[in-house]
Amino acid sequence: MRISVFVLGLASAGLMTSTANAETLTIATVNNGDMIRMQRLANDFTSKNPDIDLQWVTLEENVLRERVTTDIATKGGQYDVMTIGTYEVPIWAKQDWLLPLDNLGEGYDTDDLLPAIRSGLSVDETLYAAPFYGESSFIMYRKDLMEKAGLTMPEAPTWDFVADAARKMTDRNAEINGICLRGKAGWGENMAFLTAMSNSFGARWFDENWQPQFDQPEWKDTLQFYVDLMKDAGPSGASSNGFNENLALFQQGKCGMWIDATVAASFVSDPEDSTVADQVGYALAPDKGLGKRANWLWAWSLAVPAGTQKAEAAQKFISWATSKEYLQLVASEEGWANVPPGTRTSLYENPEYQEAAPFADLTLKSIEAADPTNPTVKPVPYVGVQFVAIPEFQGLGTTVGQLFSAALAGQMSVDDALAQAQNVSEREMKRAGYIK
Amino acid sequence: MARAVSTRRKTIATIAAWLVALVIFFPILYTVATSFKTEAEAISGISLIPSGTFENYVQVQTQRDYFKPFMNSVVISVGSTVIALLIGIPAAWSMAFSPTKRTKDVLMWMLSTKMMPAVGVLVPLYLMFRDFGLLDTRIGLTVVFTLINLPIVVWMLYTYFREIPGEILEAARMDGASLVGEIVYVLTPMAVPGIASTLLLNIILAWNEAFWSIRLSAANAAPLTAFIASFSSPQGLFWAKLSAASTLAIAPILIMGWFSQRQLVRGLTFGAVK
Repeated sequence: MRISVFVLGLASAGLMTSTANAETLTIATVNNGDMIRMQRLANDFTSKNPDIDLQWVTLEENVLRERVTTDIATKGGQYDVMTIGTYEVPIWAKQDWLLPLDNLGEGYDTDDLLPAIRSGLSVDETLYAAPFYGESSFIMYRKDLMEKAGLTMPEAPTWDFVADAARKMTDRNAEINGICLRGKAGWGENMAFLTAMSNSFGARWFDENWQPQFDQPEWKDTLQFYVDLMKDAGPSGASSNGFNENLALFQQGKCGMWIDATVAASFVSDPEDSTVADQVGYALAPDKGLGKRANWLWAWSLAVPAGTQKAEAAQKFISWATSKEYLQLVASEEGWANVPPGTRTSLYENPEYQEAAPFADLTLKSIEAADPTNPTVKPVPYVGVQFVAIPEFQGLGTTVGQLFSAALAGQMSVDDALAQAQNVSEREMKRAGYIK
Repeated sequence: MARAVSTRRKTIATIAAWLVALVIFFPILYTVATSFKTEAEAISGISLIPSGTFENYVQVQTQRDYFKPFMNSVVISVGSTVIALLIGIPAAWSMAFSPTKRTKDVLMWMLSTKMMPAVGVLVPLYLMFRDFGLLDTRIGLTVVFTLINLPIVVWMLYTYFREIPGEILEAARMDGASLVGEIVYVLTPMAVPGIASTLLLNIILAWNEAFWSIRLSAANAAPLTAFIASFSSPQGLFWAKLSAASTLAIAPILIMGWFSQRQLVRGLTFGAVK
């Protein structure tokens, strides 16, 4: 009896010691459905790795970006795993701020990652962040309104078809806007959409010598087309609308079409939140026949900052969160429709996922159509589809976004907005030393 | 006739006061109303009548732990205010009762620290915190909040102390009171309304501070302001949940303010009428 009590005591003490010695990983993340789900399912990881504890810091996207930038630049070491996007990865990896992900385990199957996403998260073919979920953009449209307008949406429409359909679907008396597009100023808001749109019109931010290109006819065509279309068929106050505002409008049946992130498909097709869930169709982002479509590429990804003291445990966690097994775990707990999309080829080959997510095929096609290393019709010196992967882009993109948003609101003409965009871009690029 | 005019004036003044109070209180009222709406209702237009759902509060509770950031807020705001008072009372005493020709300059210099945008010192402070191991600690945030609020504490106390006749302190000194005794047993009891309102106002300011608390904390020391910020979402509707989180975060300080309003108003108007 005494021996058994002694052994039990020793075992308890041992257990307590091992818990006390557990390594704690601090993970910085954004607040979205997939990330919250991961936090809920993290018990699976901690039960398999009892020597690792997890603590989460959830922040608004822009605050997260600012926080992790400050921390990583000053080597503050507050975070062991950080959630960053395809914009940050190439810039930070080149600054040696991120550790290469070279220890993800034997069964990780890096080759299963979608090539476009993998390429966006790699520098010199070394992976610096693992995709947690990926997205492109495409058209979500109302099948009933399209039919009422006497049109049939092709799988790969042109901008001219989209504009014609939007104008025909618009019914101001019934509060139906033919098309809802982003207008809120910001490099990740209206400029994500407009940069991707400009790619399809043959425009580019900079030429091969980093000379800004807003004075070229392709940008005039892009912006004029966008402003005219939104004036004729867009919602009122569109210059304040971002992803969430357009999502609400579409879910309430006030948009005929919406071109935005593929991840929105699961929201608009959810009958609990969307009044038009059974009427939603999908198509690829439009083009102008120049070989590039107006779709972007983005992935929220997990990376390990160079300042961490817990690199091994951090990579172990990233391997778990971005693995095929995690997708299986989500499917078994919450169904295939809730699996984080856009990261692995095997997911799109899975018939159960294809059945649960009717937009899966077009999501994959959209992601595959985006090429971050060759995003435009004419050659460019930069990487990035809906952004330019240089540190100056956040500020510059937001300034240009404010000008274009003002043009949409009618506060300035398209010509004035483009002229000012050219001026500020030239000034910023000179200041940063790209041009003389 | 004069009485009727006076009554009408009073009525107009009362209505005006209520209108101003309503305008000031409207954001809080709208936040509380939004917290009881569905996400679709929250974004669909301005309305003060919610559908009455408690779903947002349930989701806020299940998604995040409220108690830990609440305790952090209590410790940091009360701790920083008490430390600021311990430093501020002797400082304000010396400036009020033993002024030098540089006292006004010192007061102005203290206030000038409030004129710089906080982001201007973000990186130096962040580096100091990193080197002293103060990132994401309650002690670190308490120190920062003390420093932020100290100029306001000193200014408020200085204003209150100046209303107290110096002769009373002189009399205490002649009766043999020591310096500490003079401050603790004579000055402090006389300035209780002023000290109380300074204490309350600084707890409120520290409770609501968001810039530093979001930037210098992570998982361990994050107070309720960081708790609110965590509900903002780039993709997906979040206004109703954010409003529920805000309501939960401001509720304790609102209740405290409600119960102490008499003391607060008395302190803020201390010495206003002579």
